[in-house]
Parts: sequence; structure tokens; C-alpha cells
Amino acid sequence: MSTTTDLKAEQRAAKPVLQLGDRIFSGSAKGAGILILVVLAGVAIFLFSEAFPALVAPASEIRGGNGLVAYIWPLVFGTLLSAMIALAVATPLAVAVALFITHYAPRRVAQGLGYLVDLLAAVPSIVYGLWGFAVLAPASVGFSTWLNDYLGWIPLFAGPVSVTGRTILVASLVLAVMILPIVTAVAREVFLQTPKLHEEAALALGATRWEMIRMSVLPFGRSGIISGAMLGLGRALGETMAVATVLSVSGVVTFNLISSSNPSTIAADIALQFPESTGLAVNTLVTSGLVLFAITLGVNMLARYIINRRREFSGAN
Amino acid sequence: MSIDTQRERSPERELDTSLDAMPVIRGQLPRWSPWVGLVAVVLIVGGVLSATGLSIGLFAVVSAVVYAVGMYTASRVVEGPRKATDRLVTIIVTAAFLVALIPLVSVVYTVVSEGLSRFDAEFFNSSMLGIVGEGGGAYHAVMGTLIITGLAAAMSIPVGLLTAIYLVEYGKGRLARAITFFVDVMTGIPSIVAGLFAFALFALFFGPGVRMGFAGAVALSVLMVPVVVRSTEEMLKIVPNELREASFALGVPKWRTILKVVLPTSVAGIATGVTLAIARVMGETAPLLVTVGLATGMNLNPFDGRMATLPVFAYYSYVSPGVPREPSLERAWTAALVLIMIVMALNLLARLISRVFAPKTR
Amino acid sequence: MAKSIDVANLDIYYGSFLAVHDVTMTIKPQTVTALIGPSGCGKSTFLRSINRMHEVIPGARVEGRIELDGLNLYGPGVDPVAVRRQIGMVFQRPNPFPTMSIYDNVIAGMRLNNKKMKKAALDDLVERSLRGANLWNEVKDRLEKPGSGLSGGQQQRLCIARAIAVQPDVLLMDEPCSALDPISTLAIEDLINELKNDYTIVIVTHNMQQAARVSDFTGFFNIEGTGKPGKLVEMDDTKTIFSQPAQQATEDYVSGRFG
Repeated sequence: MSTTTDLKAEQRAAKPVLQLGDRIFSGSAKGAGILILVVLAGVAIFLFSEAFPALVAPASEIRGGNGLVAYIWPLVFGTLLSAMIALAVATPLAVAVALFITHYAPRRVAQGLGYLVDLLAAVPSIVYGLWGFAVLAPASVGFSTWLNDYLGWIPLFAGPVSVTGRTILVASLVLAVMILPIVTAVAREVFLQTPKLHEEAALALGATRWEMIRMSVLPFGRSGIISGAMLGLGRALGETMAVATVLSVSGVVTFNLISSSNPSTIAADIALQFPESTGLAVNTLVTSGLVLFAITLGVNMLARYIINRRREFSGAN
Repeated sequence: MSIDTQRERSPERELDTSLDAMPVIRGQLPRWSPWVGLVAVVLIVGGVLSATGLSIGLFAVVSAVVYAVGMYTASRVVEGPRKATDRLVTIIVTAAFLVALIPLVSVVYTVVSEGLSRFDAEFFNSSMLGIVGEGGGAYHAVMGTLIITGLAAAMSIPVGLLTAIYLVEYGKGRLARAITFFVDVMTGIPSIVAGLFAFALFALFFGPGVRMGFAGAVALSVLMVPVVVRSTEEMLKIVPNELREASFALGVPKWRTILKVVLPTSVAGIATGVTLAIARVMGETAPLLVTVGLATGMNLNPFDGRMATLPVFAYYSYVSPGVPREPSLERAWTAALVLIMIVMALNLLARLISRVFAPKTR
Repeated sequence: MAKSIDVANLDIYYGSFLAVHDVTMTIKPQTVTALIGPSGCGKSTFLRSINRMHEVIPGARVEGRIELDGLNLYGPGVDPVAVRRQIGMVFQRPNPFPTMSIYDNVIAGMRLNNKKMKKAALDDLVERSLRGANLWNEVKDRLEKPGSGLSGGQQQRLCIARAIAVQPDVLLMDEPCSALDPISTLAIEDLINELKNDYTIVIVTHNMQQAARVSDFTGFFNIEGTGKPGKLVEMDDTKTIFSQPAQQATEDYVSGRFG
């Protein structure tokens, strides 16, 4: 009896035997993971140290002369406005496109169509910027004039209409095109995961295709659509080049979508100002970058939270 | 009392009425009706609009609306409201898909048609050194893009792969959870912020105003690492545990099991993910704008001063073309075309990899 | 080649949960021992602890003693990887490596451990192992084809060939036929009968007819209720277990009167 207790104590003390190769390999894998944490800590530290001078500088020395908040607030406004419009345009379209690919398109071509939409995501943002500037902006002038003529009583379309078309509306539409594939990909994924049994149960009850989708596919995919939209929103908030190229900025706070005086966005402002900036101006731009990071971080966290909450629910099925 | 009200609302009653309203044999639009209807609408609207002055956009919108309303009405009369709604939704969803294709087609068409005019030998074998007006090329920008992306890939792929291996094969407990969380945070970093980080880091060592290719590569790495980690993690997770156990049971140590069994099984997916990650960062403009800037001449040393890259080259050629404007705009489009071609080629390569390297069953 | 296994006072834990309590048994060389019992009673857990596969699961550990011909497998300084090389294992579902051909699957144990061998020696080993697993005649013309293209029963025999190619002393089988059709099952059972000339075999099975057909000794595991640890109720000659077991619970189970 006493010998077995001794043995057990001895076993608890003994370290597991690990080969040298195992130690090296697991050590380097762990090291890589830790490196990522170090880099992120670096991101935070360096950004804060570069932003610090702007935070403590007197208001009159910040560009614009009215302090940090007065400089950054219109940019935050522009960032949120353009991203929200993009989201409002892209989400319904993305849901419809995802539905088309998963439930309407002939099965043989569905995969190819999905790939085609994925290609949209692969186009570099600078190309969208050039396209928005050269094609969409001029093409939008007619549409904007029409909006102003018939819907001018809504403040959004108050005008006067920009003759170049380089408006926040066009910038938002370009953003919508850019986030469409992201939202579509997530929505497509959850629609495909709808349990076949639910769909067949609905069809067996005599539902038409649309009724089946409304009864089983959409409720099942709702949180997926929301989180996909949030991921798209995160992308739209941080997108730089498309906005910087398309938008003709004047740093105002206005809901007027089609005039020639538009609020800029944080990312576009950094890209436009940074190459010519020195000293405190750089610090100011880094500070606005931190604000942008905080906003996108919040949005992405929310998206992850929704995805994870859904995962817990679906685990029971 | 309560029983009565319940019966009033009971689902059976609703079902009864709807079954009455929907006999098994009833009116149906012929199978060819959607297509014939579409052709008819297109012809009629086209005719009316060409008489008043044709605009393609207007033509498409009016046709779609007329078609949707017409089909809905016809179906409602013949087939009943439920079927009519179904047809209407089908039309809307299909139309939405076509709308989504417009930008893709338009972008590709614009870039190809505008970019082809300077898609010549000179574009690929000369830089912009001493060029004013016509001529010149983007050889230096192509090389810069390849060097910086290559450096970024060389830094991100090992770190990303090893981190994913740690998370899937070794990571348990607080460190793994922290890494997972912060990789999530990293995926949300806007590209311009990654550029600012790299700038801040290098400004600390080399003073403000520093511009070098390597800083751009660091910025791109910050964007690339989380993508590589995520996609590799997904791929490693779908390798069945049974294969790991089979290998362990043969007396193979864990690290050899990972190297020789787990990685080969998932290599197709991993390579695809890595290729797509490269394609994604290759098109990034903003971080390079703040860290690398632009140079007119060839610079092959990523540790010394400004370099040209395709996206930044395209951007500056377009927004500040100088005088005369035309040659510079043409160069911008051609640079965009080359960039798109490289990115699409990488995407196709990724598809190819996933097909060629996938485990075979026959 | 075959070796005996002595198990003494073995407790198996998942974290703080005691899964199997106080197992003591002796397994003789060149015999087939079947482990039977209801689901969740710990027989697979016990089997996996014999070649230290158990500890692959995080938090899992073992207290007590398992000896292979007198060598304590859980003693200090014992490398679990080396233990697994001496005690092979066949799993519930056939799991050939999908990236490897039939040929490479058989020599996977050699190749993955980086053992350098001559081509002729490898060819010889492949043929010997596949013959040993009664698979040679079916696959000799397509050794370069992927192993995952075979039928389920063939895949399972390929896995047995893979396990015996590293020339272990003991072969553990965890419900090796539960995913197979009756004909493939019969082929595996015939194979077990031949393999016992060279190996000590321990097999976990849910199928009592199978236990009666293939084994020399049978151990009955049982569990008193959920949350309680599994225990070895009794172990004896297979004939005795199935005709006149010492315990009432065993008789209830083998005669199908079990809840």
C-alpha cells in the first residue's frame, strides 16, 4: 500500500519527457505568437509616443488653430457618414447577391458566380479610387442633379450640385462597392449553413421559395448578416485611397451629400496631408490615426462578439 | 371564454382558409413566360426610349421596373398573391446580382481600355528619371512593389505559420487566448494606421522624415500576419485529429507529426491563404504613401531612401499629373492595369494551388 | 516479439475527474484479450493509457503502474514516443494518411521517424506487412495509388499493416470493426486470429459475439452511474466469462439483460 502511494507521488513529481526537436519546434511556435503580442504592444507604444506632443500642445498651434478636437471632429463625422452610407447601400445588395448565389442561381454556375464576387474584393483600393474619380464621379452628376431637382427638399440632397461629381455620395458608393464582397462572403457562408432540414420542412409545408427563405434561411442567417455588415463597416471606416482620390474635401460638417464642399475622412486626411507634414502636424495626424483605430477596433469587437454569441447558440443544434 | 378566443386565432383555422385558397390544380403561367416577358419588355421600353433619346442607364432601370411590375401583376391574376410575391423576389434578387456585377465589369473595362495605350515595352524597361511629359515607365515601381511585397511576405509568412501552429497544436490557456484576441485586433487595423505605426517606429531610430522600403514592408507585415494566421488556423483545424493520433500511435514525436502529417495534409489550403494574403497587401497604397513615398528613379535598396511602388505611382500620376496631363494619366491607368493583372494572376494561382495540391482520393 | 502487460492499481484522470479506478490485470503474450462493457465505462480510455496515447488529451493523466515485460511505462525518464513505437494502435475509424500512397502509408512509421532504409528493404517490409494484414493480393498492383481510395475494410487493414510495419510488441485495437460492414469485419477477425501468433493483442469491442469469437481472455468494465469512475468488474477466460461469470453484473451484461 505504502509503495503505491510512494510511486504515485514520484510520478507527480516527474517531468514529462520531451524530445529536443519537440522543444525547439514548440518553442519557436510559441515565440512567433509572443512576437505578435510584442509587435502590437509596439504599435500602441509608438503611436502614443508620436501622438503625445499633439495631445499636450496649445490649441493655437494645432492646424486650424482651434485645438485637437476641432480638427479631428469633422474628420470623424466624415468617416462615420461615408461608412454608414456605404453600409446602407451595400448590406441589402449583399444579402440579395448572397441569396442569388446560394438559392437562385443554377447549381452549376453558382460557385463560379461566387468566385466572380470574390474577385471584386481582390481589386486594389487605388484602382477603385481611379475608377471612382474617372468614371463614377462624372456619371453621377446627372443622377445628383435629378436628386436635387426632385428631392432637394431633403437636406441630404440640398445642393448646389457639384459639377465634378467628387462628392461624399460618390465616395460612399465606391466604399459600398468595396465592402460588398466582404458582406456577401459572410452572408453566403451562413446561408449555406442553414440546416437542410429546416429548408425542406418549410418546403414540405407548401411554402414557395421566397417563403422558405423568409421562414428558415433569413432567421438563421440574421446574426451572420449583422456581423458581416460590421466587418464591412470596419473596412469602410479605415479605407483610405478610394476616398482620398475621389473626394474633393473642404473640412466642413454637413449632411449635404451632393455639393462640392464635403467633410473629409480621417484616413483620407492622413494620406493627403502626411507627405507634406512635419513636426506637430505629423503628431496631430498620428493622433487622428489613433482615433480611427479606436473606432474600427470598437466596430470589429462588436462584430466578433455577435459572431461568437451566435456560435454558442448554434452549438446546441 | 379563453377557449373561444384561442380557437379564433388558432393556426388550424388559418391553415384551413389558406388551403381553400390554394387548390392543388390551379392557374399557372407557362414556363416560358419569364423569358418572353423579359424580351417583350426590353423591346417595348427600348422602342419608346430610343424615340425620346436613349440613355443606357435609364433604359435598364425602366425595363427592370416595368418587367417586375408586369410579371407581378400577371402572376397575381393567374397564380395568386403568394406565387406572385415569390416571382417578384426572384426578379429583385436577380436584379441585385446584376447590379453588383456592374462595378466589376466597369472597373475592368475602364482599366483595360485606358491602360492598354501605354502597355508597351518602354513602360516596362524605363523609369521616370528625367522624364517630363511623354514616355517614361514604371519599371522602378514594378521592382519596388516586388521587393517590398517580397520582404513583407518573408517576414509575415514564417511568423504567421508558426503562430497558427502554436494556436492549433500547442496553445492552451491564457497565452493562446491572448494571442487569438490580439490577432483579431490586428485584423481590424486600418492600413493607414499600420503605415503610421511603421513610420513612428522608424522615425524613432532614423529621425522624422524617414522614408525607406523596409518601413513599408514592416507596415505591410502588420496587415499580412493576421490574415496568414487566420487562414492557416482554419486549415489546420480541419485536419482530422485521427490523423494526428495515427501518427502518434506509430511512435512519431509531435513536431514531426506536425511537419510531416498535419502540414502536408493542409498545404493546399495554407498556400491558397498565403497567396491571397500576398495579393491583398500588394495592392495596398496608404501605408506605402506614408512610409516609402515615391521616387522617380530606380532604387533597389529597401534600406536606403524612397522607392517607387505601383499603387503609389498610379496615385501620384493621377492626382498630380503636371503639365501636360495626358501622358501622366495614361501611365497611371497602365500602372493600375499592371497591378490588377498581378493581383488577378495571384488569385488564379491560389485557385490552381488549392486544386493541384489537394489530397487525392483516386 | 510479443510481450506481456501487467497493470497494477491504475487510476486514470481527466483533469480532476477520475475516469477509471483501480484496474489491475495481467495480459499474457501471444493472446487476444477483449475488453467489453457499456459505453462510457472507460475501456477505450484504459486502452489508450496502455500506449500513453491517453495523455495527448490535455489534462489527462494516470496514476499507478503499467509494466511491459517488467518495464514500468510510466516510470521516470520513459519517453512516451518510444512507448508508442513498441505498442501499436488501430483506431475505430480507418485513418490512412490522405497525402500518402498505399506504399507510403505502410512505411509511414519508418519514414516519419526519419529511419533510413534501402529501397529493397522497404519493398520487402511493405510486402511483408501487407501480407500480414491480408491486403497484399488486393493492392499489389496499385501501391502508388492514394490510400484513401480503398474501401473502408481495406483501409482498416491498411492501418493494421501500417501498425505492424514498425514491428511492435503489442497491438491495441479500439473497436476496429465498428465502422465496417459484416464481410470486412470477418476479414479483420480472421486477421486477428493470425496476428496473435506474433503479437499480444488487446481489443475493445461493443460486439459480444466478436469478443467471444476472437478472444482468449475477456475483461468486463462497468460503471455504476454517470460521474462515477469505470471499473474492471472481472477478467477471466473468454469461455468462463460468457458461460459462468463470477459476478452477477457480468452475467447480466453478456446475456443482454443489461439496462
